[in-house]
Amino acid sequence: MSLTPPIVAPDQGVGDPAPGVRPDELSSRRRPRAVRRTTGRERLEILVFVLPALVLMALFVGWPVLSAVRMSLYRWRGFGPMDDFVGLDNYRRVLTDDVFTQAVTHNLTIVVLSILIQLPLGLGAALLLNRRMRGRGVVRTLIFVPYVLAEVIAGVIWFQLLIPETGVVDGLLGGVGVAAPDQGFLGTPGLALGTVMAVLTWKYLGLAILLFLAGLQSVPEEVYEAAQLDGASWWQTQWRVVVPLLGPTIRTWCFLSMIGSLQLFDMVWVLTGGGPANATTTMATYLITQGTQRGNYGIAGAASVVLFVIGVVMAALYQRLVLRRDTRIER
Amino acid sequence: MRKQTRVAALALLCAGTTLTAACGSDDTAGGGDGNTVTWWHNSNNEPGKGYYEQVAADFEADNPGVTVEVTAMAHEDMVDKLAAAFQSGDLPDLYMERGGGELAAHVDAGLTRDLTEDAAEEIEAIGGSVAGWQVDDRTYALPFSLGVVGVWYNTAEFEEAGVTPPTTMTEWEQVNDDLKSAGIAPLSLGAGDKWPAAHYWYYAAVRTCSQDVLTQAVSDLDFSDPCFVEAGEVVEDFIGTEPFNKGFLATPAQEGATSASGLLATGKVASEMQGHWEPGVMQGLTDDGEGLGDRTGWFPFPEVEGGAGDPTAALGGGDAWAVSEGAPDTAVDLVKYLLSEDVQRGFAENDMGLPTVPAATDAVSDPVLADLIEVRDSAPYVQLYFDTAFGESIGGAMNDEIALMFAGESTPQDIVDAMQQAADQQG
Repeated sequence: MSLTPPIVAPDQGVGDPAPGVRPDELSSRRRPRAVRRTTGRERLEILVFVLPALVLMALFVGWPVLSAVRMSLYRWRGFGPMDDFVGLDNYRRVLTDDVFTQAVTHNLTIVVLSILIQLPLGLGAALLLNRRMRGRGVVRTLIFVPYVLAEVIAGVIWFQLLIPETGVVDGLLGGVGVAAPDQGFLGTPGLALGTVMAVLTWKYLGLAILLFLAGLQSVPEEVYEAAQLDGASWWQTQWRVVVPLLGPTIRTWCFLSMIGSLQLFDMVWVLTGGGPANATTTMATYLITQGTQRGNYGIAGAASVVLFVIGVVMAALYQRLVLRRDTRIER
Repeated sequence: MRKQTRVAALALLCAGTTLTAACGSDDTAGGGDGNTVTWWHNSNNEPGKGYYEQVAADFEADNPGVTVEVTAMAHEDMVDKLAAAFQSGDLPDLYMERGGGELAAHVDAGLTRDLTEDAAEEIEAIGGSVAGWQVDDRTYALPFSLGVVGVWYNTAEFEEAGVTPPTTMTEWEQVNDDLKSAGIAPLSLGAGDKWPAAHYWYYAAVRTCSQDVLTQAVSDLDFSDPCFVEAGEVVEDFIGTEPFNKGFLATPAQEGATSASGLLATGKVASEMQGHWEPGVMQGLTDDGEGLGDRTGWFPFPEVEGGAGDPTAALGGGDAWAVSEGAPDTAVDLVKYLLSEDVQRGFAENDMGLPTVPAATDAVSDPVLADLIEVRDSAPYVQLYFDTAFGESIGGAMNDEIALMFAGESTPQDIVDAMQQAADQQG
């Protein structure tokens, strides 16, 4: 959730490369298939248009990944020569570190909870907001505002609201006679992750609703009419007709939400810094703590490779098991 | 027309690519031409910020053609940026070193310039205090402020509750209970940042361990002496008396009015254990810029009954100016200027810290800071903060485990085990 996920049209399929990366298909569409051949000039054009993107990818994605892999094999303080080769020892240390395994658990908990909480809420809100009603535009805007706010700013605001005793949340709770926890919501190990989850829901629900609303626009009017003619109630129409048609959008959103939850950093860092007592660490906060704060760059490198592998495996599995049906139907 | 558009697009693309390439290789900047000195410091509140701007301007006036680029940052920001700078090798010419294991690692990696000969005169003037910034008898940084940690308190609130500064742990717990009875929260603690919590353990260790044990532990990283576990037990008992502000586990150290320092500055708590910089921090956190003003009081960490440590020894540390390897010689001149009697006197007059040049110590205007200098200069020894002394890897593991104990999820033995494990893994 630390990165702004690209808005992906439901019919595109997330695993597909960006349109610009497949020049041969584009050029073939422009000419009849029979005369398909690329002239030297066209090749140059392709090269010129694709090269900048490739260079950027290599520079900002490929190279950092490789350097993290390299770093993970050394014991290195972050400066000076990298010459103390330790093999896979850093991986052993990361995987046997309770703090890291806790962090992985937190990430997976957030992946599951985000989907379990935001999917029904988002879907419900989108279906409601898709009906004609007074003030629809205002409500839509209000719901989307948290998503537009920068994550750090939202985090700082919530941190201030949640300060024990003097904070607004404690004040409101006190007003209705509910006692807030002594250490505050962010300071109590048992509540901190739940509190972070609540703030994340507030922040990202708007994206789910927006995507679902966009998906709903592509459900043709005829389908509603047909359902009505068949005597379906509003509920039946939504549940048996509209939601299944929304399937590709929902599956795409789940994918974005999953990836965001795995990379989660900013909000946790601002709200709790991973504390109290490691109750809210994520893989990303773990590698920042080990790397930039403690100078154990080898361990941070190993942790980042583990994070990368977990991300790739989950994305590949999801692509294979869930998204595949969407992409196959479209072709 | 169409062709022209295409050519234009091509040109634009090429320009974009060139720009990217240029950005990619632009890491040699910063050093400048030998007449520009970049300087990072952490006095980002007034009057410190303005004073350093003045100092830089004066230096520029005395050295025509020289430009000093000053960057003032909050302490935590500076530490983070410095870490990144060490990694990239693109360091500011003049920066802050805290000594101990951190400095030794920087020296080892060839990042810090040896000042032994270039600043011999200044080193001589500072005297014994430079010891913390020496590696193998060479001096790599000049301390400009050296302070001790203690308990800062609100004299008005202590009076109101009818209590006086304690001298033993038992008395301290009693004082806190009396404050609570008077409806005043006794202590604030920024355990969200971990190190303020760790200071309790450090100071307890200074009181339970003899100086020999501590010196030995810093050099051979062996923490098997039982006094380290004992230190944890002292702190654990103290936490058990619940002296801290509500929500201390998530409270930041010194950022904003709701931080631990902010709570003391605004009268929400009666006391806080903090370093010598506390009055300056508090001034930045109150609207009138006064902090606690003349209600500021200070007492040393109380004696631990039966502890092997010296009850008058102090925990502290300091900040020193270091010059990065490869910086222009002008940077060394600026360091020497910063450690001149004039600048140190101004530093003291603005209550920015505790000056290290003896000729400047009498210029400290704040009576509390003046007392602090006396405490510092009369202490048998000043133990450098353990996280700095052990280096950030062991220091980080140690601070984490201590913070866990404050959350009730670790034990005195766990702390020592975590330290030993980090030390052994460091190899």
